[in-house]
Amino acid sequence: MTPGLAWLIFFLPLISFGIIALILRPFFNDRPRLSGYLTIASIASSLGISLWLLSTVASEPGRRLVTEPVEWMSIGNLTVTMGLNLDALTAIMAVVVTSVSLLVQFYSQAYMKDDPGYHRYFAFMSLFTASMLGLILADNLLMLYAFWELVGLCSYLLIGFWFHRPTAAAAAKKAFIVTRLGDFGFLMAILLLYSQRHTFQISELLTNETAVALAGASFLGMNLLIWAALGIFSGAVGKSAQFPLHTWLPDAMEGPTPVSALIHAATMVAAGVYLVARMFPLFHHPEAEAALTAVAVVGAFTALFAATMGVVANDIKRVMAYSTISQLGYMMLGLGTGSLAAGIFHLFNHAFFKALLFLSAGSVNHATGPFVMRYMGGLRRLMPWTFSVMLVAGLSLAGIWPFSGFWSKDEVLAHALKERPILFVLAMVTVFLTAFYIMRAMFMTFGGTYRGGAEAAGEHGAHKATHPHESPWVMLGPMLILAGLAIMSGWFNLEGRFSAFLGEEAETHGFFGSLGQPLALGSLAVAAGGILLAYAMYSARWIKPEAVGRALAPLYTLTSRKYYFDELYEKIFVVRFLLNGVFAVLQFFDSYVVDGIVNVVGWLSLTLGRGLRRLQMGQVQGYGLAIFLGVLAIMGAFYMWGR
Amino acid sequence: MNFPILSIILLLPAVGAAIIIAFPWLQLRGIRMVALAFTLVPLALALTLYILWSTGDIGFADLEEKRQWIPSINAFYHLGVDGLSLPMVLLTTLLGSLAVLVSWKVPTRQREYFAWLLVLETGILGVFTSLDLLLFFLFWEVELIPMYMLISIWGTGRREYSAIKFVTYTLLGSALMLTGILALYFSTGSFSMLELANLSSASLTRQVLPLSTIFLLIFAAFAIKLPMFPFHTWLPDAHTDAPTAVSVILAGVLLKMGGYGMIRILVGIFPQQARDFAPLAVALAVVSVLYGAAVTLRQTDLKRLIAYSSVSHMGYVLLGIFALTPTSLTGATLQMFSHGLVTGLLFALVGLVYDKSHERDLRRLGGLARQMPIIAVVFSVAGLASLGLPGTSGFAAEFTTFVGSFTSPNVDDIKIYTLLGMLGIVVTAGYILWMLQRAFYGPPQEKFGDVPDASLLERVPIFTLMVAAVLVGVLPMLLTDVIREAPVIARVGDVLALWPR
Repeated sequence: MTPGLAWLIFFLPLISFGIIALILRPFFNDRPRLSGYLTIASIASSLGISLWLLSTVASEPGRRLVTEPVEWMSIGNLTVTMGLNLDALTAIMAVVVTSVSLLVQFYSQAYMKDDPGYHRYFAFMSLFTASMLGLILADNLLMLYAFWELVGLCSYLLIGFWFHRPTAAAAAKKAFIVTRLGDFGFLMAILLLYSQRHTFQISELLTNETAVALAGASFLGMNLLIWAALGIFSGAVGKSAQFPLHTWLPDAMEGPTPVSALIHAATMVAAGVYLVARMFPLFHHPEAEAALTAVAVVGAFTALFAATMGVVANDIKRVMAYSTISQLGYMMLGLGTGSLAAGIFHLFNHAFFKALLFLSAGSVNHATGPFVMRYMGGLRRLMPWTFSVMLVAGLSLAGIWPFSGFWSKDEVLAHALKERPILFVLAMVTVFLTAFYIMRAMFMTFGGTYRGGAEAAGEHGAHKATHPHESPWVMLGPMLILAGLAIMSGWFNLEGRFSAFLGEEAETHGFFGSLGQPLALGSLAVAAGGILLAYAMYSARWIKPEAVGRALAPLYTLTSRKYYFDELYEKIFVVRFLLNGVFAVLQFFDSYVVDGIVNVVGWLSLTLGRGLRRLQMGQVQGYGLAIFLGVLAIMGAFYMWGR
Repeated sequence: MNFPILSIILLLPAVGAAIIIAFPWLQLRGIRMVALAFTLVPLALALTLYILWSTGDIGFADLEEKRQWIPSINAFYHLGVDGLSLPMVLLTTLLGSLAVLVSWKVPTRQREYFAWLLVLETGILGVFTSLDLLLFFLFWEVELIPMYMLISIWGTGRREYSAIKFVTYTLLGSALMLTGILALYFSTGSFSMLELANLSSASLTRQVLPLSTIFLLIFAAFAIKLPMFPFHTWLPDAHTDAPTAVSVILAGVLLKMGGYGMIRILVGIFPQQARDFAPLAVALAVVSVLYGAAVTLRQTDLKRLIAYSSVSHMGYVLLGIFALTPTSLTGATLQMFSHGLVTGLLFALVGLVYDKSHERDLRRLGGLARQMPIIAVVFSVAGLASLGLPGTSGFAAEFTTFVGSFTSPNVDDIKIYTLLGMLGIVVTAGYILWMLQRAFYGPPQEKFGDVPDASLLERVPIFTLMVAAVLVGVLPMLLTDVIREAPVIARVGDVLALWPR
């Protein structure tokens, strides 16, 4: 099989999108299930090819397949090609994306059943999967950027899937604009890199010559290499919802839950991490030390910052959203410590356990109606399967041995301890908070007694159900597979194989050997502390959460209001400062000064004309008089200044 | 080639207008059919030209037509196309025929309406095909009369005011341009754009005015047309009050006359002066982009919002032109084409929304995606193209412009100007998505209860433009391959190298 076959990984879902949009939706609107089948079939095939790609790349000595790029467009000094980057990183990402996407699509068949937008849903999901795969496969920055924007579009379309809800429409818009703010930096970096080498080819841009050339020039006191790396990172900050562009992701939970699982947990939001990993030599260059530090600091801070908000959220999906932001921060921290493998390994594990957490949340919502945990409770007995798999995912997220999250989180912590001890402390605090908030969510959802679901919430949702029941097997099946992965995906690196595949060496201690390590024991103890506190507060109620809330009232308000960032950005910056401030002044200037001058000129010429018209009175005597006066004036002038 | 195909493309719409006026017994249906036929045939011919060019069966030199016009002053009826004008001719003939479809249900005085619409098309095509400055000027003026009539008779709102403002503003520019053209003629004795190409004051024996002054005189006319800040305020008024089809033409092709003229005449004849003036022009371009976008965000009238967005989008054209590299000029031309498709489409859609809901105020619109799903989908695609989403023409054009400008050696600090201009894409995303949200999303509203979606006839123009915008976005080389061939674009680097900075 030729490497060119890898194009199909991207094209199959794209074709599925085309068929749904142009044939199924217009002509087979009454048979919505077809769209689901088609999407699943195409993504399953993509998964098959991705697995082939992974094994082929693994068997290549250079861990890279070579394909010829195709020329796309050429003008003057600008040549654009389309080509595939078939290396270890791409292969891993392709398998993650296609496998999670496949499971999510399967699940969606039941979750989205009877939704009038069923065709549209699967069309968008196909388009998203295709774009995400294009982003991963791209061998040049322009192509990568194009798909980067297209996954953003799909995210916009799917967050706003239920567009008749004003909150969904607003959240979709917010997601697009906030990420685009980051993309501005990304675009700047692309132009900077291009202007050095006149190519978008990633392999050529990541050479030492490019870096040296960029580092040779500086702007505003920073060398251009740092600017380029920070520009790339700014795109990643937007996409991966890192501080300070994190505000869009919690709102993005307005989309259907499988969408959150696929796009806003496992794949698209991880694209930022992928991008930094893809451009890693740029960050890892000695001249770009500041950029790598920025990645680490932003990552570690975001991890902690988002976790504090996850602790107080009452909507189960929002807990997950903050958790995702926090975990993406971990990945960034891993990259920022100089270890690509640590960041990507956590991305890999996180994709499975976080997708599972979301699908479990979706399953709970499917059964009870709302997402607010206050109206759930007692679901352990009613939904035993959902409870079990969510517990697996939760323990994995909390970093409990031997679940997958433990292995990659430990990897990140180990590197942080070695390279950036201060950030290590932040990361350890995050470990505690992570274990606490996820178990808090578990206890609130599954423990105690049922608190009424949709009826209690007074909602009339599409999934309203008075008597909660276990979800159908179409949903549970994918969840069980993900549970298997959430347990075992971390074991890939037991002998350091995962890291070695990415060209790095991992410290390995084996399955049980890890338990003998002080760092691992320490992080396990911290996580156990978090679980214990959650148990004490939300299950045993030795400590009353309400009392804690009152005791720490200012802190509680601050975190539950998300540190007022929404207000700061939207109400103060966008509305007060821009819309009603600067832009309003400009509009006034436009209407009354720029256009005012135009109107004054018009008015002047009219008035002047009206005045001058009086002179043309049509009376011969008048003209005679004027001529006479004129002649007199000329003669007078002649006598006075003549000769 | 003896077959005067350019003249035929150019004159057919005018002939159609003559037929509509000359045969008073033609019924409404007949009038429409004549109008459609006499715009579709030029479109088909222009497409044929493009296909024959791309297969290599004809060269642009074969198409040139040159006849004596006013021998005493050395003025010729001289037509020709190249990589720069062919896309503009395609765009004009495409929008010309779609404008007829958009106007299908025009309620009053249909005979005159269609006649003026056809005359307008001939006027615009003349601008894009003339190679003689005097002929160019003639067509530049011809286009004004139908525009005045179309806005002031079939318009809405303050249509008289807007029509007069548009005409006088343009005429002011025309007067300056005529002065420039005459000064050029008295300095050189020629009106031929080909003979005058790449003028240098050193090679002139006598100069009526310094070349830089002539440059500015002509620049003023094009800057008003483009429009460039601060000469843009005629545009929102004219757009808002014009009937739908006229807005489509106005945004779609009329503004392009300004950008086209800048490349053809300013860059083509005065490359040195263009480079001297570039720092100011580039700064004004960035102001147009950001200022235009900021003011757009404050608009609440759907039509006015899109009108203002043109100021911002045409700023990119100005940026690309005065960066003076083959890539940036190609990007600017592509941006003109793309803006023609996309903004033309947006105006057609606004017309549909208003016709059906009788509402254009974004504060009172909402939830229309339920009532008009097709219009909502096409509107969204057009909006995404406008904000430069990859896969649409807007991205291909803006990205090419940015790359060309960013790497331009002709203007100091152009990297910073380009980056500032790029900030516009964030604001653009803001107003486009806000507009979509306000008009189409949210709960369906009762007052629009039984508002219909686009009819079959109405779908033709909007689908055509949508497909074209996506096609150009996915396969930009369809256009860039021809644009980059235009001598003025391909050789700008070599020409400027003759006179080092």
